[in-house]
Amino acid sequence: MSSYVIRRLLQGAGLLLLVSMIGFAILHLAPGGPLSQFAAGGDMTQEDLDRVAAQLGLDRPLPIQYLDWLWRMLQGDWGLSYRDQQPVLSVIGSHLGATLELMLTSTLLAMMIGAWVGILGAIRRYSLFDGFATIGAMIALSIPTFWFGLVVIYVFSVGLGWLPSGNRYTIGDESLANRVHHLIGPCMVLALVSTAVWSRYMRSSMLDVIHQDYIRTARSKGIPERRILIHHAVRNALLPMITITGLHLPTLLSGALVTETVFTWPGMGRLFLDSINYRDYPVVMGILMFTAVLVLLGSLLADLLYNVADPRLGANAT
Amino acid sequence: MSASSSVAPPAAAARPARRRGGALRRFLRHRLAVFGAGVILFLTLACALGPYLLPFTDTHIDIMQRFAPPFSGAHVLGTDALGRDMLARLLMAGRISLLVGFSAMAISMVIGIAVGIVSGYYGGVVGTVLMRFVDAMLCFPSIFLLLAISALINASVSSIILLIAITSWMEVARIVEAQIRALRARDFAVAAEALGASDRRVMFRELLPNAIAPIVVAATLNVAHAILAESYISFLGYGIQPPTPSWGNMLDSAQSYLTSAPWLAILPGLAITLAVTSFNFIGDGLRDALDPRMDGR
Amino acid sequence: MTQTAPRVMQDEEDVLDVRNLGISFRTPAGEIPAVRDVSFRIRRGETLALVGESGSGKSVTSLGILRLTPKPPFCSITGQVLLRGRDGTVRDLASLPEDEMRDVRGRDAAMVFQEPMTSLNPVHRVGDQIAESIRFHEGLSRRAALDKAAGLLDLVGIPDPRRRLGAYPHELSGGMRQRVMIAMALACEPRLLIADEPTTALDVTIQAQILDLLRRLQERTRMAVIFITHNLGVVAEIADRVMVMYSGRVVEQAAVRPLFRSPLMPYTRGLLRSVPRLDFAGLGREPLAAIPGTVPDPLEPPPGCSFGPRCGGFLPGTCDAAVPPLEEARPGHQVRCVRWSALTGEAA
Repeated sequence: MSSYVIRRLLQGAGLLLLVSMIGFAILHLAPGGPLSQFAAGGDMTQEDLDRVAAQLGLDRPLPIQYLDWLWRMLQGDWGLSYRDQQPVLSVIGSHLGATLELMLTSTLLAMMIGAWVGILGAIRRYSLFDGFATIGAMIALSIPTFWFGLVVIYVFSVGLGWLPSGNRYTIGDESLANRVHHLIGPCMVLALVSTAVWSRYMRSSMLDVIHQDYIRTARSKGIPERRILIHHAVRNALLPMITITGLHLPTLLSGALVTETVFTWPGMGRLFLDSINYRDYPVVMGILMFTAVLVLLGSLLADLLYNVADPRLGANAT
Repeated sequence: MSASSSVAPPAAAARPARRRGGALRRFLRHRLAVFGAGVILFLTLACALGPYLLPFTDTHIDIMQRFAPPFSGAHVLGTDALGRDMLARLLMAGRISLLVGFSAMAISMVIGIAVGIVSGYYGGVVGTVLMRFVDAMLCFPSIFLLLAISALINASVSSIILLIAITSWMEVARIVEAQIRALRARDFAVAAEALGASDRRVMFRELLPNAIAPIVVAATLNVAHAILAESYISFLGYGIQPPTPSWGNMLDSAQSYLTSAPWLAILPGLAITLAVTSFNFIGDGLRDALDPRMDGR
Repeated sequence: MTQTAPRVMQDEEDVLDVRNLGISFRTPAGEIPAVRDVSFRIRRGETLALVGESGSGKSVTSLGILRLTPKPPFCSITGQVLLRGRDGTVRDLASLPEDEMRDVRGRDAAMVFQEPMTSLNPVHRVGDQIAESIRFHEGLSRRAALDKAAGLLDLVGIPDPRRRLGAYPHELSGGMRQRVMIAMALACEPRLLIADEPTTALDVTIQAQILDLLRRLQERTRMAVIFITHNLGVVAEIADRVMVMYSGRVVEQAAVRPLFRSPLMPYTRGLLRSVPRLDFAGLGREPLAAIPGTVPDPLEPPPGCSFGPRCGGFLPGTCDAAVPPLEEARPGHQVRCVRWSALTGEAA
């Protein structure tokens, strides 16, 4: 491991500590703090509440409580769901797959379309295509995801009847075809913003690259234009996209929450919203922390990947 | 702006005036940005004055006229499930959504600029801690953070504004911090310090005005972001609470009527898209106009 | 359409025959003629130095020969660029279709650029970058091409060539990278090598090594070399003939000795005065005399001789009357100045 990787991991750990502090602060922001669930019930006296507080160690000084909380988080003890008394981590785990499935497929879709649009826009800069792509991306970034979801349901489910209007699969039919059929709508909706982001950044990255000296060198060698474009230009232009994809992760997670809500997709975002409805704070806080850690790991991974993909930074650097 | 007068100043005229004239000219050349500015002006005026001109108020319930489709009668844009006039509701909702957008932007700019300027100016431990805090805040996906907090507080227009503001100042802080750090190293800040100007004076009189271009752009984009954020949490039921209408909460119940009354979902969504796209266009135009080096990228 | 002018080169030994080359760029501000009416010939084994300040059109000329300038309509090329390829056929590069042009680039004519730091692709190993043109022009497998690349690295004086094949550009020094660039250009044994300021970015000792390398390689392959530079010291070391350019035109052309001994164009004399001589570096401490003024704006050229406004011998009514023709002052020595004989005190 290079010193860069170690430094980056230490930075990540420091950031994780700050993230946990913010999470802890929000937890205690609730009226009645972590006890709000009991207080909201209304059938408990102040004495009862004090007793529960003492039981849960909430009468101790905040820093002690924080350290205790952090220690338990690190050990994987994220508390129990109020709703079904399941451990929070396993509740999250059972919903993670659906969310990842949605996020991964839509990211792949966005990469394919977005990269293509961006590359073409850069090569034919200021062309009609470039103009439409630019305006289209700007509009795509401005459309509320949930509304786009409603439009997709209205057009493809209500109007044309091509797509189901929600859920991950039809009950009793978990075949791949059925799952894919259900995935198309939400995947399309979630991919909208990512596609716009990819096309914009890919375009400007390509514009940077195609004016580089080494592209001229490649041209002077007389190799086919297609190879120059893919082997020399796109290969380099994709490097910053690794970072962009990492930075885009929080937006993608937010989009997934909204998409899951519109399409009744049984993922983490829907679980989060349901838990808020049930005032299931351990799960709400758990998911909040979980997504933050996911984002943190995502950006860490993006950095390390960049490190591997760019020989100038890689472990083989002298 | 006075600099837009048609008489071209002589070449030797004061440079700031010429530069501003150039920026305005570049902005006007950006057709999409002008279009966006026009739309925002129109929307603002319509939301401010429109409700006084309509025959219906947004709260007028006419149960006999439920689900009247647009362009079909007295209600130009139709009615909702309670027979309320959609246009009146859209305009009143626009007031709230635009108010949330502008106010949240203003507050988040104040926080962002303050954090950015302090950490950019002092650097060192203070700057590092503040900027790491910004990094940590940015780890939380905004909708999750918004919903988690909004579930814990009592939702009102002002609390939603505050909530959106405290979850969207981080990008501004980053921009300002980078600008101030770069500017601080330049001569005029050093000169001002050498002349014995106070820290606050150097920060606000010397450094901040020179970082104004990216701040203006960020502010415009922040309005777009705030309007979107409001619509998301209101749609999910944790933002602006009925009966106060907002573009987001008008959509909240629309999903159930998607088959029978699609305009309930289409219209508020179009309003949001139109407003947000316009602010994004303006931001893009401002970026090109204020920073010609960007060259349209 | 393609011109039907005869594609004939009088001399079998001629590699390149450029006739009335013109290159202009289309910009928002208008059409900018970067190169006007440039004609020259170059023989096997010969080195022609192209000299001028930045903005003189020397780099554009070199890019234009291989059509590496922007594509039409952003840039247009007129005139003829006749090149005798490896197989002996003569082709006009100015009117060659793009796909045939690709066969010429890197095979019949190759190029070495000024910036070794940025001219190599940072994400590919240097071996693959050298092997690339071999694979495409000679149809060799990757392995065979890499074998040949190793030989080339050895040829340009890189120690341990087998291992260096796997190096990335950032792992090599500037001088090493320029050697790699040269190896890359020589990969398909071109008839013509265009070197655009190949030593400018390097420090002096490395400069001398690279020049030495180029000279050795030229002796070995008898390739023709166009060497673009603004450094007259380098010209004296490497060139057989010199072509001086100013604001897009050839203003003087001669063999290297006559040009250095008796430059006829006031601009050339100014250049010679403004450059420290490499061979006497540090000995003569006479101050350098820079030419006053700057290269004219190509959109608003001065009337008549474009060097007029900066020329000490400027004569109103004569020099600004018309663009002076390129005149054969002596056999093999051309100059674009109507007053050269008056200014040098020699008979025409």
